[in-house]
This record gives sequence, C-alpha cells and structure tokens, in this order.
Amino acid sequence: MTRDRFRVICLSLTIGVVFVLAWQAFTASRPAGKGIPGPLAVGATAWQMLAHPFYDNGPNDKGIGLQLAASLGRLALGYLAASTAAVMLGVALGLSPLLYRAVNPYIQVLKPVSPLAWMPLFLYTIKDSGQSAILVIFMSSLWPTLANTAFGVASIKRDYLHVASILQLSWTRRLATVILPAAAPAIVAGLRISVGSAWVAIVAAEMLIGGTGIGYFVWNEWNNLALTSVIFAILAIGLIGVLLDAGLARLSRRLAYTE
Amino acid sequence: MAFLEIDHVTKHFPASDGPGEVCVFREVAFSIAQGEFVTMVGHSGCGKSTLLNIIAGLERASAGGVVLEGREVTRPGIDRMVVFQNFSLMPWMTVFENIRLAVRAAYPSWDRRRIAGHVQRYVDMVGLTGAERKLPAALSGGMRQRVGLARAFSTAPKLLLLDEPFAQIDALTRGLIQDELIRMWSAGRNTVFMVTHDVDEAILLSDRVALMTRGPDARLAEIVDVSIARPRVRTALIEDPEYLRLRTHILRFLVEGGRVTTGEGRRGGDEIRGFETPLASLTSQA
Repeated sequence: MTRDRFRVICLSLTIGVVFVLAWQAFTASRPAGKGIPGPLAVGATAWQMLAHPFYDNGPNDKGIGLQLAASLGRLALGYLAASTAAVMLGVALGLSPLLYRAVNPYIQVLKPVSPLAWMPLFLYTIKDSGQSAILVIFMSSLWPTLANTAFGVASIKRDYLHVASILQLSWTRRLATVILPAAAPAIVAGLRISVGSAWVAIVAAEMLIGGTGIGYFVWNEWNNLALTSVIFAILAIGLIGVLLDAGLARLSRRLAYTE
Repeated sequence: MAFLEIDHVTKHFPASDGPGEVCVFREVAFSIAQGEFVTMVGHSGCGKSTLLNIIAGLERASAGGVVLEGREVTRPGIDRMVVFQNFSLMPWMTVFENIRLAVRAAYPSWDRRRIAGHVQRYVDMVGLTGAERKLPAALSGGMRQRVGLARAFSTAPKLLLLDEPFAQIDALTRGLIQDELIRMWSAGRNTVFMVTHDVDEAILLSDRVALMTRGPDARLAEIVDVSIARPRVRTALIEDPEYLRLRTHILRFLVEGGRVTTGEGRRGGDEIRGFETPLASLTSQA
C-alpha cells in the first residue's frame, strides 16, 4: 500500500516537473514580453503577491488574499442559503412521491440553465450587483443538493421510518435523528457537487459585476495584460476548489455509515 | 373485552400481474390475554408478517380491525414495539444511542441522567456491557438482535410484536437469545405476539400457537394450547412427551394440511369443517 503510494507520488511529481520544464523551454525560446509568460515569471509574480496578500490600494489594486476572501464570502452566503433551501425542499420532495412527481418537471427545466442566465433578471429586480452575484451562486448550488437530497430521502429504508413512527417521534426529532442522518451520505454528495459548481460560477459572475473578487481580479489583470497574475490566479482558484472539496469529503466520511 | 382482539382481519394486495386483487388472508380472528405469549406459525406467504404489521399499525387491514385495550389500532404507537427480523437498528447510532432513542420517546419527562441509567440497565440486561459505543455494523447478528430486544423491552410496551426475530441469527446463538427473551419476558410479563416458522421456537416460548393455512387466501386453522409448565428448559423439553406431541401435530399440519378444505372461512368461532387432525384433542378454539 505505502509502496504503491510512494510510486504514485513519484510519478505525479515527475509529470509536474516535466510539464514545468517543457513550459519553461517553450517560453524561453521567445522574446521576453511576447507570448505566454514562463513559469519563472509566474513564480516571481506569485512570490510578490503572496508576500502582501492583503494590501488595499483602492478599488482596482487589492491583494489576492482580499480578492479571494471577497469571493469566498459571496460563496459562503449564496451556498449556505441555497443548501438550506435545497435540503428543506429536498426532504419534502423525498417524503412525498406525489409532490416529487409534480415538481420534478420544473426542476428538470430549470436545472440545465446556466446560473449566469439569471443575472440580468436579478440585476433588474434587486438593482444591486453584489447581491445579484450571491443569487447567481445560489442558483448554481441549488440543484445538485436538491436532487440528491430528494433521492436520498426517498430511498431511506422503510424500516428506519417504521421505527420512527412506532416511537412516535416528533416531526423535528424524526428529521434530526432519522431522516437527515439516513440521507446524509446522499445529501453531502450533493453538497460536494454544488460547492464545485458554485466555485466555477463565481469567477464568471464576478467578471460581470466587477468590484471585488477573484473573478474580477482575473478580468482586471487581463485588462492590464498582466498574464502572470492571471496564471497565478488560475492556480489559486484551482487550489481553493480542491480545499473546498476536501472539506466536504471529510464531512462525507464522518457521516457515512454501513448497514 | 380481551386485551388484544384481532377482529376478522382480511388483507388484500393489488395483484402483481394485471388488475384485480390477491387475498393474502381472510377473516383472521382471535384474541390475546394480557401477559400472554402467542405465536403464529405458517408457511411463507400466509401473511403472518402482514398481520403483525397490521397489529403494529404499519399496514391497514382491508376488512376487520385490531382492538387493543378497547381502542382500535389505526397507526403505529410506542405501546406496540416491534422487534424486526432484520433488526432495523439505526446504523449511524451506537448501541447506546439506539436504545436511548426509544427510551427518550417512551419517557419524555425523564431527565438525561435517568434516561441514561435506564438505557444502561437494558444494555447490561442483554449482556452488551462494554459494547455501548459500538455501531451496529461492528456487531454480529445475534448481538444486533440483543440491541433490538433491549430497545423494545426498555419502553415497557403494552404489546411486543416479534417478527421472526431469530430468523437471521445462526443456530447456536439463537438458543442463547431465545433464553434471554424468556428471561426478559418472565421478568415483565409483557404481552407478546410473535411470528415465526420455527416450530420448536414457537413451542418453547409460547402459551398458545396459532396455525395459518397456506397462502394466498390463508385462514387461521386452529390455535394450539401449549400446556407445558414454565420455566421451560430446552434440554428437558426435548424429552417431554407433551412437547413431542405438539411438535408432531404442528409439523404434520404444516406438511400435510395447511389448507382448509371448505370454501367457507372461519366466522365468529365456527368450527372449521373438513379440517382433519388426528390430535384434535390438543386443539382449542380461541
């Protein structure tokens, strides 16, 4: 097992090193300032940015830490609101096959809509770009959790629900001690997909609304033709995405159960 | 008024192939006195588990009804605890938490400490001391059903419903857990209705054994009195002539009979015509 792991790590590192070397070789052959910047240039920018992640020199010049924090703040608001709504509605749908079948066509139609398509509607109705971006996150993280919760609750073993009704558990206790724990693995799987799509959507949403956030940062650096910053931002977005997913993977392991 | 009255219960299911309905059993009527242990024996498909679910309130009768202490059963309740064949423990809860869930529900006015003490008493009673923090997945089938029994007994239900509780437990462990059931039952004298297809188990545990004919359209054929003195010891029982006679009688019923030859079912205590049994003297009509 450990031997296998060691080989995986070695191979993984080799692939990374080969990629970076190839990248460097490719970019070194071109005159400086033209074409894609090389890894050394990106590294230098990264070093600079990470040295002062939280500086604030006005609206168009903030540290990457501040930008990421702004994005994560939006993500948290939109994602938590969406998850709460999705779990509540999902439980209702999962418990009532009738309701599920009645509502499902609407979900199926709304689910494939890109969350950004809602943006104009939000901007028009609430007239606040920041809140609109949060609502875009809301729309992007609603459906996977909703669908998974409904499925998870609908497939709870009858016996568990029978025990709950024999014990005459109150509605809240039934939810807290039987329904949610029983459906937890499915719900968390949905939450994991949702956080991924929310993180994907936020970059695009922030490019549209401007102001703060990592998406805006990428767009702004593109306007400055600072491609090293763009590349570094891409890496940072990817890394944060991995961390978000890892957090939920941990939660999923904690809530898993074997029958 | 009997303690528990099974009042001419009939159950239909929608037919699995095409329209129409299949009658699982028809006009089942008997009663159980308080403190009595009654077991129903029959082939698979005679609907005995369905009848148990109807008494539990988990399923509805198509006709007839169940009356417990003068009140009709319409829904599940904590006064009728079920011990399930597949244990039905919450897999995300420890042994202790599984029993505590039931104790909390049964005694809502108790404080934490009193609940914990009560739970611990039942954990100890079924010999699971030390395994309180284990999850059901870490336990053997026998240990899981011990938790199931502890959960059911800990709420002091008016009626205990045992749905083939030992069917998924290996033969060696089964005896031990049956003994545990006898101990717990003797201590509290709960009223018990059990469903099984194990004849020895039925005789060992019961005051009376109800025999169902083969399904579909099963009927209650007869109810056999088990007049063997308690406490019954498994080893001594094997040589008891009464035990052997009962055993032969029930087995013969299951092998040969299991069918009422008249088209008419049992109605209001009518004799079942055409049902012949060489040991008719042993039978009693409820």
